[in-house]
Amino acid sequence: MHELSIAVSIVDLAAEEAAARGYREVHAVHLRLGPLSGVVKEALLASYEMASASTSLEGSELLIEEVPVEIFCPRCQQRRRVLSIQHLSCPECGALEGQVVQGKELEVVALEIQE
Amino acid sequence: MSVEPRLVEVRKNVLKQNDIVARSLREKFRAAGVFVVSLVSSPGAGKTAFLEITLTVLHRHARVAALVGDLATENDAARLARSNAPVKQITTGTVCHLDASMVQKALEGWDLKQLDFLFIENVGNLVCPSSYDLGEDLRLVLLSVTEGEDKPLKYPTIFNSADVAVITKADLAGAVEFAESAARHNVQAVRPGMEIFKVSAKTGEGMVQYLEFLERSRMRSRAIPVV
Repeated sequence: MHELSIAVSIVDLAAEEAAARGYREVHAVHLRLGPLSGVVKEALLASYEMASASTSLEGSELLIEEVPVEIFCPRCQQRRRVLSIQHLSCPECGALEGQVVQGKELEVVALEIQE
Repeated sequence: MSVEPRLVEVRKNVLKQNDIVARSLREKFRAAGVFVVSLVSSPGAGKTAFLEITLTVLHRHARVAALVGDLATENDAARLARSNAPVKQITTGTVCHLDASMVQKALEGWDLKQLDFLFIENVGNLVCPSSYDLGEDLRLVLLSVTEGEDKPLKYPTIFNSADVAVITKADLAGAVEFAESAARHNVQAVRPGMEIFKVSAKTGEGMVQYLEFLERSRMRSRAIPVV
């Protein structure tokens, strides 16, 4: 369970970015989360409130956009969405050489701020 | 007059701090010519026994050292020290994984140029370590025959974050009716193309093939110029 330390990093990052731009209040933090990041959405949401308490982000919301895993299949020369994270071979041709091109994300993409 | 909140684009990796430290470690390892291997597994999969025999054999002809992450005890470091290789414990307290800054701190004062191999044994945990790059060249995920063939399907993320899978405790495979082909199939499903070794730290089975692979990997990494 490392979601609490991840939540603290999110709060720190958002506070830093808001301060650098001169914004007083952050209403919400938008996060992109891939299943291969190793972070569980529910656990992260539960940790966020604790992590943001008594910081400049207290009361703000964490909005998580889950991104599906996609590979680039060299045989099909196509980007493909995999069936599940238990099956990372190409869903069309079955090739095992695909490279994961999406699904490891753990990034703050935007802040909802009050100027 | 109230102003509507607005959306400001940021685009920052949450673990950027860890990634920055990991990148600087990787550069330092490259420059020093040390090949760094990390080990992840569930508690009790046999990381320490496997590492002990690895260190003991490699120590005969190569310069090896190890960092060992553990929540509370120093038992593993004491066991590994029997190999006569330098070993340092990283006690993480309640933290369930190693991160790059813990590795950086543990290496303070070490002359990496004096090493050919550095092993980093992570905390026994198949979840949290997957998120943290430690600057290693190779990440091994261990799976013991006693854990069952479906471990990769239950913990796909850690298997996906690793480079090589090692099936351990091969000497017990018969007793627990380990279905090796199913295990191999499951590893391939979550990490297509992954190389798999099957070893027993007790009997030595499979260790030669694995150690030769390590040596080849080290040679290959040295052939790549530092950029």
